[in-house]
Amino acid sequence: MKRAMISVAKWAWFGLLMLIAFGYMASGLSKPGEVDENETPTGVRQVSAENAVLDGAEQLAETRIPTLDAAAGASSAQLNSSESVDSIESVVDAVNLARQQAMLDAEVESAPTADWMTICRRLSLAMVGSGMSLEEIRHLESLPASERESAHLESLLHDGRFHDYWGERWMRYLVNDEGPFLVFRRRRFGHWLSENIAANRPYDAIVRDLITAEGLWTDRPQVNFLTVTFDSNDGSPDPVRLAARTCRAFLGLRIDCLQCHDDFLGNVNLGDADDRRGGRQQDFHQLAAFYSSAKTNGLQGVRTEDVDYKFQYLDADDTVDVEATVPYQSDLLPQDGNPRERLAHWVTHPEHRQFSRAAIHRFWALMFGRSITDAVDNLPLDEAANPVLDPIIEDFQSHRDIHRTIRIIAATDAFRADSKADYEITARHENNFAAFPLTRLRAEQVAGAITQASKIKSIDRQSSLLVQLMRFGAINDFLKRYGDLGENEFSKDGITIPQRLMMLNGNVLNEAAKSEPLLNTTGHLKSFAKDDSLAVDVAFLCLLNRHASEAEVEYFADKLQQADGRGNGLVDLFWMLANSTEFAWNH
Amino acid sequence: MLTAIANQLAFADEVAKTDPHQRKNVILLWMEGGPSQLETFDPHAGTKYGGDVKAIPTSVKGIEFADTLPRTAERMHLGTLIRSMTSKEGDHQRAVYNIKTGWRPDPTLVHPAIGAVLCDEFRETLDIPRHVSIVPGQWPAKGGYLGPIYDAFKMGDPNSPVPDLKARVDAARMEQRLAGLDFLESQFRRGRLSDLDQNRTLHESSTKAALRMMSSEQIDAFDVSGETAATLDAFGDTPFGRGCLAATRLIEAGVRCVEVNLNGWDSHINNHSLQSSACETLDPALAALLDRLEERDMLKNTLVVCGGEFGRTPTINPAGGRDHWPHGFSMFLAGCGIRRGFAYGETSADPIVDSSDPKFSPTVNIDKPVTVGDLHATIFKCLGVEYDREIETPVGRPLVRVEGEPIEAILA
Repeated sequence: MKRAMISVAKWAWFGLLMLIAFGYMASGLSKPGEVDENETPTGVRQVSAENAVLDGAEQLAETRIPTLDAAAGASSAQLNSSESVDSIESVVDAVNLARQQAMLDAEVESAPTADWMTICRRLSLAMVGSGMSLEEIRHLESLPASERESAHLESLLHDGRFHDYWGERWMRYLVNDEGPFLVFRRRRFGHWLSENIAANRPYDAIVRDLITAEGLWTDRPQVNFLTVTFDSNDGSPDPVRLAARTCRAFLGLRIDCLQCHDDFLGNVNLGDADDRRGGRQQDFHQLAAFYSSAKTNGLQGVRTEDVDYKFQYLDADDTVDVEATVPYQSDLLPQDGNPRERLAHWVTHPEHRQFSRAAIHRFWALMFGRSITDAVDNLPLDEAANPVLDPIIEDFQSHRDIHRTIRIIAATDAFRADSKADYEITARHENNFAAFPLTRLRAEQVAGAITQASKIKSIDRQSSLLVQLMRFGAINDFLKRYGDLGENEFSKDGITIPQRLMMLNGNVLNEAAKSEPLLNTTGHLKSFAKDDSLAVDVAFLCLLNRHASEAEVEYFADKLQQADGRGNGLVDLFWMLANSTEFAWNH
Repeated sequence: MLTAIANQLAFADEVAKTDPHQRKNVILLWMEGGPSQLETFDPHAGTKYGGDVKAIPTSVKGIEFADTLPRTAERMHLGTLIRSMTSKEGDHQRAVYNIKTGWRPDPTLVHPAIGAVLCDEFRETLDIPRHVSIVPGQWPAKGGYLGPIYDAFKMGDPNSPVPDLKARVDAARMEQRLAGLDFLESQFRRGRLSDLDQNRTLHESSTKAALRMMSSEQIDAFDVSGETAATLDAFGDTPFGRGCLAATRLIEAGVRCVEVNLNGWDSHINNHSLQSSACETLDPALAALLDRLEERDMLKNTLVVCGGEFGRTPTINPAGGRDHWPHGFSMFLAGCGIRRGFAYGETSADPIVDSSDPKFSPTVNIDKPVTVGDLHATIFKCLGVEYDREIETPVGRPLVRVEGEPIEAILA
C-alpha cells in the first residue's frame, strides 16, 4: 500500500512538472518581449470552381471569385497601406527606361510583348511552381483582355500555393540542408515563411526575426534558422555557419574563405563603398562573434547571452577574444544593445544598400528563373550595379514590400517581352533584357506542371486530400530522380539525357497521362470533348497553356483519328506535349 | 551538369578519321575537397608539419608515399608524381574550375573542361555519351564555351543499371509519338534563339541521345554487376571503386573521358582521420585501375590523372585540421606517354607558412613549381590535342587553348 502511494505521488509530481513546462511554453513566456503584431497571417484564400467545363468559359467564370475584386477587398491592411504609399508605375517606368538604354548600348531591338497567356504562365511558374490549370485559363478568358494579367497576378499573390511555394524556395537559401533530427523542424519553418509571405510582412522584419530568433524551435519557428546548425556546434547555434549564411543569403556576399585565412587571392573585397580592401580572417570571425551570443538553454530553447567568441587566427600563437563587429559600413551598427539585434539592425538598415541589392537580385531570379549575375549570392561590393535593377533596389530600400516588388517586376517590359521575334533572337538580346530568357524549369516545376496538367481543376489546398497526396508523392518521386538543384537553383544548364529518359519512359508522366474516367485530363477529354479538334485544343491549354494553332489542331486531330482508340490517342498527345521543349522551358 | 552527345550525330561522317586503336582517352580521378599532399603522395613524416603519417617506400627507389596508400605505392613505377603543383585559387568552387579547365574563373567566358575539349577535338559517333562523370561532386566537368552538349553525363553508383531505358509503348507507337514531338519542336523553334538546341536547351539532342542509348548494347559498359567478385573486390566495395571499374569498361566501349569523383577530403578538422578514411577508398581503386589498364594494354592510350583542386596547409590548425593550400600540392599521372616511375618537383620539409613573412612567396617552398596551365598543356599533349592552338571563342575573343607549356621532363 505504501509503495503504491509512493508510486502515485511520483507520477503526480511528474505530471505536475509536465503541466508546468507545457504551460510555460504555451503561455509564450519562452519568447521574451511582446508578441509581434505583424505576425498574424492573413492568407487570403481563393475559391476553386466546383466544376470545370472543357469548352466554355462562362460557367467557370461564375464559379470562381473574381480575383481582382476579391484581392482588393480581402487584402490585409498592411498590403493596402503599402499600396497606397505611392504608385509602382514610376518605378516600372524607370526600369523600362534603363532597359531601353541597355538595349541601345547593346544595339539590340526589343522583342514584342508576349501574349497574355504566356505572361500568365510565367507568373504561375514563378509563383506557384506549375503552369496554369484549365480552370484558371477559362476564368481569365472570361475577363476583359486588358485585365487578365493583373487579375492573375493578384489572384496568385493571395493564393496559398504561392505562399507555400515561395516558402519552400526561400528555405533553399536560408537553411538548405535537412538539419539535425528533432531540433530542426523543416515543415514548421516552411509554414512560418509561408505565413509571413501570405501576410506580406516587410522583408527586413522577417530577416530580423531570423537573426534574433529566440525560444523553442517548435514554439518559435524562426528559431529553426539557428537550430539547423546545431549539429556542428554541440547542440548550440554555430556562429561560423550562421555568419557564412547571413552573408550569402541576406547580403549576397561570399566570404566563406575568410574563415580560414585572409584573402590573398583578390577574391573578396570588403571595406567602405569608396575604400575597398581585401577581406581578412578577422572580418569573418568578428561577424560570427555576434552569433556566439545565441546559446541553447534547455526547455527555453535558444536564448541571448553575452558575446563569447575566442579564436586562434592563422599563424597566431594564442587564442584571442574576438569582438563582434561588422566588416564594412560600421557606422550603421548600433553601439549598444543585444548582440544579434545589433547585427540584425545593421544587416537590414535602410542605408545598407547591399541588403536590398541581394534581395532584389534574388526576387528577380525567382521571377525569371535565372539570375542576371553568375551566382545570385555572389554580388561583390566593388561590382558595378545593374542600372535595370537599380530603381527596384531603391524602391525596396524604402518599402521592403515583397508583394509590391513582385508586382513591379511582373509589370516591367523585360518580364513581359516575348522570347521570340520575327528576327533572330540571340543570347545578347536575353542578356540585355530585350527578350524573355529561355530558362529550364526546375525539377519541381516540371513535376508540378505535369501533375497540374493531368487535372482540369487547380490543385490547391482545397483539392481533395487524395489529389494533394498524389501531387506531393509525384513531385517527391520526380525530384529524387530528375535531380534537385538545391542551392544552385539558378544554374543555367541545359536538359540532360537522364532527365530526357525519365520523361520519355518514366513512371510519373506515365501515370499522369493515362486515361482514367473522370479522374484526369485525358479521361475527361475522352468522355466529354465533343470533337477531336476541341480535345486537341484543350490538351494544349492544359499542358502548354496556349491554344493550338490551326496547323497543330489539324495535325493532332488527324493523329487522334489514326490512333488505336481515342483514349490511347489522347495519352499519346499528352506524352508528346509533355515531352516538348515548350513544356519543359519557361519562355 | 550532365551531357548530350548530339555532336556525335552531327559529325558521324568523321568516324573514319579516328583510328580506335590510336584513340587517346583520359580517366580523371577527382578528389573533391582538396586532398592533403602530406597525408598522400608527399609525406614529410617526422617533421614539424608532418602530422601523424609514416612514410613508406614505393616500387620506385627514393620515392616515398604516406602509409595511407600502400597499394598505390606498389604501382608508382607506372606513372609520374608531380609534387610541386601551384595555383592562385584557394576557394573550392574557383579552384575546381581552375584545375578542371586550366583557367581561373572569368566573368566574360566559361572555359571547357578537359573532357569537353577532347570530345570536341575528336568528334565521333557513339551510342552512349563520350564524356561521363561518375558519382559526380558539386561541380562536374562542363562544356563551357564549347557548348553544354559537351557537359559530362552524370551517373550514380554503377551497381545499378541506368534507369528508364525501356519504352512503355511498342516501337510503332513510339515512332508515332516521336513524329508528333518533331512537329511540336519545329513549331516552337520559329523565331526563337537561332542556336536554341545546341547552346541552350539541348532538348532535342538529348532526346536523340536518349533514344540511341535505349537501343544500344554499349549501355552494358555502365553496368559492373557482371564482373567477377574478385575484380569487384579488388576495386573496393565503394561507389568510387565501382566507378573506377566502370571507367575502364566505358573507355573500352569508346568513351573519351571519364571523371570519377571521391569526396571527403576537406579536412578543416580531424585532418588525419578524414584523409586516412578517404585514402582507404582511393588506394585499392587506384591500384586496381592501374593494374587493369596495364593488363589490358590500355595504359598506353589512356591517361590517368589523380588529384584535387588544391592541397592542404602544412600547419595543423587548433581543430586538428589542415586548411586550403594552393602553394605546393600533388598530382599523380600515368599512361598515354607519361614517364614511368618518376617524381617531379618537391616541397620543403620546413616551409615558410606565414604570408606576412617578408621571405614568403607562393612558390618559396617549392622546387620546380608547376602551374595549372603547365599541367593542362602536358595533359593535352599526351592526348594529342594542340595545346597552343588559338581558339575563336563565342565572345569573339581569340584565346590560346592553354596558357602553359608541357613539362617535357615527365613525358616518356
